[in-house]
Amino acid sequence: MSEPTVGPLKRTPLHALHQELGARLVPFAGYEMPVQYPTGILAEHAQTRTSAGLFDVSHMGQIRLTGKAGQSAARALETLVPGDIAGLQPGQQRYTQFTNEAGGILDDLMVTSTGDHLLVVVNAACKDDDLAHIRKHLSASCEIEPMFARGLLALQGPLAAQALARLVPSVATMKFMTGAFVTIDGAQCYVTRSGYTGGDGYEISTPADRADPIARLLLAQPEVKPIGLGARDSLRLEAGLCLYGHDIDITTTPIEAVLLWSIGKERRVQGGFPGASVIRKQIAEGAARKRVGLLPEGKAIAREGAEIAVGGRIVGKVTSGGFAPTLGRAVAMGYVEKVQSANGTKVELVVRGKPVPAEIVPMPFVKHAYYRG
Amino acid sequence: MSVKYSNEHEWIRVEGDVGTVGISQYAQEQLGDVVFVDVPQAGRKIAKGESVAVVESVKAASDIYTPAAGEVTEGNAALADAPGDINADPMGKGWIFKVRLSNPADLDGLMDQAAYDAFVKSLG
Repeated sequence: MSEPTVGPLKRTPLHALHQELGARLVPFAGYEMPVQYPTGILAEHAQTRTSAGLFDVSHMGQIRLTGKAGQSAARALETLVPGDIAGLQPGQQRYTQFTNEAGGILDDLMVTSTGDHLLVVVNAACKDDDLAHIRKHLSASCEIEPMFARGLLALQGPLAAQALARLVPSVATMKFMTGAFVTIDGAQCYVTRSGYTGGDGYEISTPADRADPIARLLLAQPEVKPIGLGARDSLRLEAGLCLYGHDIDITTTPIEAVLLWSIGKERRVQGGFPGASVIRKQIAEGAARKRVGLLPEGKAIAREGAEIAVGGRIVGKVTSGGFAPTLGRAVAMGYVEKVQSANGTKVELVVRGKPVPAEIVPMPFVKHAYYRG
Repeated sequence: MSVKYSNEHEWIRVEGDVGTVGISQYAQEQLGDVVFVDVPQAGRKIAKGESVAVVESVKAASDIYTPAAGEVTEGNAALADAPGDINADPMGKGWIFKVRLSNPADLDGLMDQAAYDAFVKSLG
C-alpha cells in the first residue's frame, strides 16, 4: 500500500484525527494516509460489509468545471473521456476514464453534474497530471477550479444510509450514482450515493476546515467506525473494481479492462474522444486480451505480478490479488489472452515459482449492493 | 534455554537440539492480520538465513528466514486453519516450524530479550 515519494508528505484535513484514533500512517500517493486503525484490516473490512465504515479519501482530487459563456462543460469534457457526460441530468453521476490517443487509460474518474457545473473526482496519484491535462485542453471552454484542499469522506456499508440519514434525512432516498448539496453540521457539502467498496454508501465533499468536525460527527454514530486504505483495497478487490496504476493504466484500454459498460452508446458510434479509433475497433472486433476474475484453489495468495499460465505457457499476469475476507479465500484479477478468457477456463497462477491451479470466474467476487431505489 | 531473536524479527526457542521458530510480537504488529502461512515440510534441510516460510497478511507476503541451520522436524499444521494464531499468540500457538540444529553456534549471533527490546525501540 505504500510507495516511494519525493519531498515531505502531504496531509489531509483528518491527519490529527487519524493520529488520535491510533492509525498506522503510511506514505500513499504523496500523502501520509491511514493504512489501518488498531482493530486491523480484517475487522475493518467486516465492519464495512456488515455495518458502516468511514474512509478518508481527501487525498483524491476534486475539480470543478464550469462552462464559459455559450459553452457546455459536459460537451468539453467529452473530448477527453468516452463516457456520456452531455447526457447527465442534474444530480446524476457517472464513472469514466481519461484516455490517450492509443486508447490507453490516463486515469479513471467520477463525474457529477450539479446542473450548472461538473464535479470531477480523480485519483490522488494522477491529480496533478489530470489537472494539467484538463487545463491544456479545456481552458478555452471551461472555468477549471481545482479544489484539492477540500475534504472527501466515504461512508460505506449497509448501515451507511441509516447513519447519515440521522444527520441529513434527505439522503435516505438518494439513488446510486446521484448527488445533491446538503447541509451537515451547518456546513454545505456535496453528497453522492457512491463509493468504491461495491456496497451501498456515500461520498461527502466538505469544506477543508469542516472535514474534521464532520468526520467526528459521523464517527459518533453507533453504526460507524474508521476504516483505512488496507480494507479499502480488499473491499474494492472483492467488488471486482479496478485500481488505477494496477488493473488499468496507459497500457490498457477500457475495452481490455471490460469497462465497455461505462462508454456511452452514442459515443461508441460517434467517437470524439482520444483513442476513439482504437477503442471503436476493439468494440467491433474484440481486444486481444481481457481483464478477468481468478479464483485460486487452496489458500495460496497470487498477488500483483504473478504470471498466469495455461498448460505451462504464459498467457497473462495478475494485476491485483489478495485475500477476500468476506469469502475467506484468495481472489485475483488479471489480464489474459482473449482466447483463454472464457469463464471456467482452468489456468495456473505462478506463486513463488510454483503453479497454483485457478479458474477464470465472473466478477464481482462479492455481489454489489448498490441502492437503486 | 531462553528465547533469542534475529534482526529479521524471528524468534527461536531451543530445547535439547531442537529450536522452535516464529515471529515476534513487533513483527506481527507490523504485518497486520495474517491470513495464510506457508510452512516448511518436515525433513527439509535449511541453511541459516534461508527463506523457509511465508507469512501472508491481507496487505503483503513476508518471507520468514531461519535463524539457524538444520533439518525441519515439523511445520505448524494448525496454522492452515488458524493463521490468526500468529497475531493472537506469536510466541506461543503461532510458532511456525521446528528445526533440529546442525550448528548450535548459529545461535551465538542472535539477540537476547533485552538486546531485542532495545533493537525494536531503536526502530521507533
